Amino acid sequence: MLRIDLEGHFQEKIDREERIEAKDWMPEAYRKTLIRQISQHAHSEIVGMLPEGNWISRAPSLKRKAILLAKIQDEAGHGLYLYSACETLGIDRDELLNELHTGKAKYSSIFNYPALTWADMGAIGWLVDGAAIMNQIPLCRTSYGPYSRAMIRICKEESFHQRQGYEIMLTLSRGSTVQKNMAQDALNRWWWPSIMMFGPNDSDSTHSAQSIKWKIKRFSNDELRQRFIDMTVPQAELIGLKIPDPDLKWNEERKSYDFGKINWDEFWNVVKGNGPCNKQRLRDRVKAHEDGAWVRDAAVAYAEKKRSGRVN
Amino acid sequence: MNIHSQHKIDYLLYLADTALILGQRLGEWCGHGPVLEQDIAMTNISLDYIGRSRLLYQYIATLTESDEDRLAFLRDEREFKNVLLAEHPNVDFAYTVARQFLLEAFHFPYYSELKNSSDLQLAAIAEKTVKETAYHLKWSAEWMIRLGDGTEISHQKIQTALNELWSFTGELFDPADYETFMLQESIAPDLNSINKSWKEKVQQVISEATLTMPENQWMQSGGKQGIHTEAMGFILTEMQYMQRSYPGLTW
Repeated sequence: MLRIDLEGHFQEKIDREERIEAKDWMPEAYRKTLIRQISQHAHSEIVGMLPEGNWISRAPSLKRKAILLAKIQDEAGHGLYLYSACETLGIDRDELLNELHTGKAKYSSIFNYPALTWADMGAIGWLVDGAAIMNQIPLCRTSYGPYSRAMIRICKEESFHQRQGYEIMLTLSRGSTVQKNMAQDALNRWWWPSIMMFGPNDSDSTHSAQSIKWKIKRFSNDELRQRFIDMTVPQAELIGLKIPDPDLKWNEERKSYDFGKINWDEFWNVVKGNGPCNKQRLRDRVKAHEDGAWVRDAAVAYAEKKRSGRVN
Repeated sequence: MNIHSQHKIDYLLYLADTALILGQRLGEWCGHGPVLEQDIAMTNISLDYIGRSRLLYQYIATLTESDEDRLAFLRDEREFKNVLLAEHPNVDFAYTVARQFLLEAFHFPYYSELKNSSDLQLAAIAEKTVKETAYHLKWSAEWMIRLGDGTEISHQKIQTALNELWSFTGELFDPADYETFMLQESIAPDLNSINKSWKEKVQQVISEATLTMPENQWMQSGGKQGIHTEAMGFILTEMQYMQRSYPGLTW
């Protein structure tokens, strides 16, 4: 009986749009859903550093190098806020990282695609960060307080990244034929994976309904995907790039774009680990962690010596 | 171009190239650090160095009718004047920390002095640089101490790194012709006084870190004259790839 009252009270609080805080009572399933979602998001930030990090040493100008470094550093910072938000739910970062490294926890599949040319730095910023913002803006109002506060800060920086990415594409589209082709090729490769970032169609999405009731999620996958497409198509037109979808056309009645069929086989294959870079990304993360073990041990040992007064 | 301006340009290139190449090296850590906080710290320091190199290249560009990207991406290895220590491979976190500490312990007194340069543009750049350098020095000295006085393994690793990198520190205090010229003009600081501060700081941190001062040894040099280690060609190959493959474009 008591449990039912607690759950009732919890749901009422959510319905009143009040935030749930770390010390408040929450159903175990709510806690688990949040840990899964926030840690996935944190892991995506740090795995997402890899495809772009790959271009720091080769950035074509000093200005671009500095912007790219700063952008990736922001992503590391997002990873930090999100791990911290996740820790308020009673799980520590080591455990979360262990789940990533053993393949138990997922991260956004988009980062299992390779960043092959400089134009990919533009396409990732414009499309991948653009899709991420579409997903994340509603999360600024998500029901769990620490998560929503982390998201407010993250969204501000992400929208800046998206503009930077678009600006790279704009510069390329105004450049030589080689540069225009480079931009179009990057769009061709990143378009479909980007619109898959919103997840499966609503009819196939396993976690959606409960998450919407708990106001962790505010809009469905398909709603957000449609919004992203409607926003992005005119941006592509403005810089003379063609969206690689022959079925894309404006639907006057719906006041939205109709678009072609998404290759869900590809999506599920990449989720299952068969994307072009799944193994490489995970190997890089595990290697960084293992190579860093002696450094973390040293920091702990030194801090303990300090605490016990053996070091002045 | 008269000899005075050539010396000045060479001197500025020495400062700018050292900043760029060290920034490039530190950037390699991005996404691969031992813990997220230190990944961010190293990227942050990298960003400061890239920023510093840009200020210096932009200044050089005003004297040579060039631009920062031509200076960074279209010069050949023999034209780069960075010290050898800056181009040393990261190897592992211990080498990276030791390389950083040895250079920051130099840069802090160096740029503090450079604030008094008779060249006002350079003095202004030094003013900004000194602030960042104070933080870099603190970060790298703290890690020297933490690793030195951490575990047996970390102690051994940082001692090994320190011993190996030591042979690259002599070059910092061995003035190239252009530095001597710039000292005479009161543009560059006197390396003797910098050397004294450097030694004091290094000894203090090594002692606190429970490490042993490396023995006096043969010192490597050449970077300031453009004679580099084998690592340098690979750094430039990667760094200059876009500008070399697609000449004359705007990115």
